[in-house]
Amino acid sequence: MTLSLMDPTGERETGERARLARPQSLDGLTVGVLDISKIRGDVFVEEVAKLLEGRGIAVKRYRKPTVSRTAPKAIEQAIVDEVDVVVEGLAD
Amino acid sequence: MQENGLIAIVKRDCPTCVMIAPVLQEILQSNELTIYTQDDPGFPEGIEGISDDTSLDASYRLNVEIVPTLVRFERGVEISRTYGWDRAEWEKVVGTTGLGMSLPDFKPGCGALNQEQDRLADLRIRHGDTPMTSRLVPLGAKEDAIEACYERGWSDGLPVVPPTQERVLAMLEGTTRDAEELMGLMPSNLDPCTVEKVAINAVMAGCRPEYMPVVLAAIEAVLEDDYCLHGTLATTRFVGPVVIVNGPIARQIGMNGQGNVLGQGNRANATIGRAVQLAVRNIGGGKPQGVDRATLGNPGKLSYCFCEDEEGSAWEPFTVDRGLAPGTNAVTVFAGYGLQGVIDDRARSPEQLVQTFATSLLAVDNIHKVPGPDCLLVVCPEHERTLMEGGWDKARLHAEIMSRMQVPAEDVMRGAHGMAEGVSPELAGTSVSKLLPTGLMIVRAGGGAGKFSGIIPGWTPGTPTSSRPVTKEIKT
Repeated sequence: MTLSLMDPTGERETGERARLARPQSLDGLTVGVLDISKIRGDVFVEEVAKLLEGRGIAVKRYRKPTVSRTAPKAIEQAIVDEVDVVVEGLAD
Repeated sequence: MQENGLIAIVKRDCPTCVMIAPVLQEILQSNELTIYTQDDPGFPEGIEGISDDTSLDASYRLNVEIVPTLVRFERGVEISRTYGWDRAEWEKVVGTTGLGMSLPDFKPGCGALNQEQDRLADLRIRHGDTPMTSRLVPLGAKEDAIEACYERGWSDGLPVVPPTQERVLAMLEGTTRDAEELMGLMPSNLDPCTVEKVAINAVMAGCRPEYMPVVLAAIEAVLEDDYCLHGTLATTRFVGPVVIVNGPIARQIGMNGQGNVLGQGNRANATIGRAVQLAVRNIGGGKPQGVDRATLGNPGKLSYCFCEDEEGSAWEPFTVDRGLAPGTNAVTVFAGYGLQGVIDDRARSPEQLVQTFATSLLAVDNIHKVPGPDCLLVVCPEHERTLMEGGWDKARLHAEIMSRMQVPAEDVMRGAHGMAEGVSPELAGTSVSKLLPTGLMIVRAGGGAGKFSGIIPGWTPGTPTSSRPVTKEIKT
């Protein structure tokens, strides 16, 4: 008889999803910028937002309440519903 | 199991069973009787058709507690039972009189083999009679169990105890909580964290079942939003869960709060902290260089657990500072790292010693990092004595340290002392505090010799958006 061990893991495989193809152009698209509340991340994403707006591209701004926790579902959902492309600053 | 008739369960190792063997012969003369023997299929001698129950399966199904046991079934339903030797009871079950007239009226039986702890666990597992539902991972015939755990990514780098069903079932005996109880969703994968999953990881860590209430309380604590497990895991900084145990349970399970308290050598200290980390790794998927992005980490991420030396200290327990009644069994988890030693051999007064504590705290992380992280100050017995002899209690020490945490911004400003790190030059002319008002915790632990205290620094200043220590009562 072979030995069996009890699985110590959560027993769920993380699904892998292919990324959406990058758009060829931002013309006519709405871009979201997400400040994750990391130090100076706001400076970075605001600069990106202004550059985009200078090219006539629609921009929506989002901000996570804190860098230490995952984004609230409401913010994730708003980004999914409202923009075509999102830019975020991950580290200081 | 038969539909009708009598069943007797015996074992040779039981003097009462040996004594009543002739009675079984008497019964067989005019009754349908099946005899199961637990230890020797040749017993009782001279009777044909003894049923071998050395597997104990029949005894387990009949839930035999004592041998000999005599049971009567009718139409598949048990209608009467007796155990040991009691002539009147046996006569009632058999439906006759005059049984074993040469024997004494009464003789108690012996414990049934199927009730012995190890065998009972095997039987429960074999009969699928356990609350456990985790997937079973069969190993190859020649696969080494410890190596198999490494290969499946379940280890923290040290060998783990292979989590067999027998061991996990025994671990679950250490708690009255149901195996399937959902304790929460474990970051970062947010997979369900059940008592059973914690027990599996506690086995792997090397825990004894009596540690389970402490492990479960620590898991409850890290799952609180205040602790911010996801953030403390994903950070590039050093921290992991530091587990501090208070209350009588620490002594009951043999924890160490004295010499080498933060070092190696005590099973409970070493394995409780390890169980928490293995649960985070395996249930939540928080693996180093995966979700765990630590630049250096710290050796305490294998295990960082100790108890306060309540018996050896004149101070009230740390848990009283945390709002609980003295004597409460509780764990506190704190996202912390390493140990910054605080040596002061020469202080003979609290006023001198507090200066050492304060200046050491000001240096945590980087003297220019203001505010710095929350800190846990571990005061050794000799330093406590210096404070006590000078008339200071713990509250006084806390207040005196906090009053020394204000520094002029110019001293810790960017550019000051040639250092780029520091507070904003806009704060010039003000004073800034190294610690938040809630940023200092004090515990008393360590060996009796040596004026060596220590600071366990935390993650960041403990604001509501960061990580704050969490205290949970231990349910026993």
